Amino acid sequence: MNRPRAARSPIAWVRANLFATPADAVITLALLLLLLWIVPPIARWAVIDATWTGETKAACDRGGACWAVVTARWRQMLAGFYPSNQLWRVGLAMLLLAAAVLPLAVSRWTRFILIAGPLGVAAAFAVLAGVGPLANVGTEYWGGFFLNVLIGVAGMMFSLPIGVLLALGRRSRLPVIKGLCVAFIEFVRGVPLITLLFMASVMLPLFAPAGASFDLLARALVVVTLFSSAYLAEAVRGGLQAVPESQRDAARALGLGPLRTTVLIVLPQALRISIPAIVNSFIGLFKDTTLLFVIALLDVMGVMRQALADYAWQGVDAEGYAFVGLVFFLACFGLSRWSAALERRRDRRPELERPLTEPA
Amino acid sequence: MNRQVDEVTAALEITGLHKWFGQAHVLRGLDLAVQPGEKVCVLGPSGSGKSTLIRCVNGLEPYDDGRVLIQGADLAGQRRDAETARRKTGMVFQSFNLFPHLSVLENCTLAPIHVRKLKKADADARARTLLERVRIAEHASKFPAQLSGGQQQRAAIARALAMEPDIMLFDEPTSALDPEMVGEVLEVMADLARQGMTMLVVTHEMGFARQVADRVVFMDEGEIIEQGAPAEFFTAPKHERTRAFLSRIL
Repeated sequence: MNRPRAARSPIAWVRANLFATPADAVITLALLLLLLWIVPPIARWAVIDATWTGETKAACDRGGACWAVVTARWRQMLAGFYPSNQLWRVGLAMLLLAAAVLPLAVSRWTRFILIAGPLGVAAAFAVLAGVGPLANVGTEYWGGFFLNVLIGVAGMMFSLPIGVLLALGRRSRLPVIKGLCVAFIEFVRGVPLITLLFMASVMLPLFAPAGASFDLLARALVVVTLFSSAYLAEAVRGGLQAVPESQRDAARALGLGPLRTTVLIVLPQALRISIPAIVNSFIGLFKDTTLLFVIALLDVMGVMRQALADYAWQGVDAEGYAFVGLVFFLACFGLSRWSAALERRRDRRPELERPLTEPA
Repeated sequence: MNRQVDEVTAALEITGLHKWFGQAHVLRGLDLAVQPGEKVCVLGPSGSGKSTLIRCVNGLEPYDDGRVLIQGADLAGQRRDAETARRKTGMVFQSFNLFPHLSVLENCTLAPIHVRKLKKADADARARTLLERVRIAEHASKFPAQLSGGQQQRAAIARALAMEPDIMLFDEPTSALDPEMVGEVLEVMADLARQGMTMLVVTHEMGFARQVADRVVFMDEGEIIEQGAPAEFFTAPKHERTRAFLSRIL
């Protein structure tokens, strides 16, 4: 239902939107001057005078940005220290992660997300760590941007079922279950992720039996999963509340018990309603994965900090952080557009998203 | 169960039914029996407790006192008894309450597959027959939102029938419909009545009550005020409140 828009010339558009009143004109001109003042120096630094390749900072002698720090270590930025001849496994793992997320994008498959998601992620882990004929690669070699994606998606997919259970528990009539769920959700939402990560990496070994060792990455994954599950629980709760009580009535009248009513009738509708909120929550989680470097994991931030600490790359911090920022911006901006599109689609055709199951 | 028992046992027997919503006493010691094959229409002003009555009969609403027997099985009895009792009833809601995430066909096969444990192919075949009966076979693979109100309500009737209930309960099945769609739903219900289904219908459709019902029950303020055959009920109501009600709506 697009409103018909009158075709207008660019000049008319400029006049209507930028110079409608004298005040508008002043603001427009002021902003124009500001852009003229800011953009050219940035462009000169970032592009025109920039150095793109080189072995050390010394190669960057043109006065502009030193992107050589990125290009010299691009492989580490991408995949950490994963063995070069095994990099295809990283690619395969990425495909598996994409497959795990797919049910979020295709509404016909939404109801499979709780199973397909964790399974896809588990398969990705198996490929990366090595199963069957694949050689073992210890998690200490995993890193780079791929680690951010891996932890982000894995945390998301593992936390979704937990979040659903927490959301259901929060609506439970049993005070103990409800109390535990509320306590967990509110505790996690009230504590910064970085605190939980430190607690997991520093405190867990203190309590663990002597000789037991926990994989650092596994620990991080557990923390990220639990952290995310509290947020997802709230996203799913919103969806649960949006399913009208009359749907439960109809299910009960057909003789479906409480479990089947929840699994077959309420959850599929609630999940579909909460998908935009789930994706938004994922964006937050994905950005938070850059905190992994504080517990010495070599995610893209960790790799970058390692590079910047190298004597060869003294003084290129601005470039390094700008690059990491840009990568995350592109990924998250894309995700947020996608989430907005999902929301529009949901609101436009609340119930017709699924194509016909069979020919009429 | 042999036929003889069926004939002596009422399809539905309600005795001394009481229901409170907080302080509000919405059902005040209601007695009602429906014989197998009988069609009973429940009339009454809004707030008279008609919908509550029907929701108590299929266990959607717990009641505070009294007994509801469905073919002799106590709705408030042992778990298994109650489950059997509930399974014998099919419910049609005012606002259809179809499952929006499932196709019309899936709406009709979900409970048969998961509750009656039918094979999918059998459930599909049965559902298609029922959809034919309510005249929306061609919409089987559409989603509820793609149908008109009348079509949705007919789908909801098919969905309830798919569980092979012995009694069909209708809670104002045409009240949420646009006037031009009321007819098609009433027609399907009249068909059902002709085929001998036991029906308890809460409705405002006086024409339907007059033509289809064996008995009309008039409720007000949680009590049955008057009941009788439609001819008698509509032409010579005995009670003052019945007369007032009929004069308002006729």
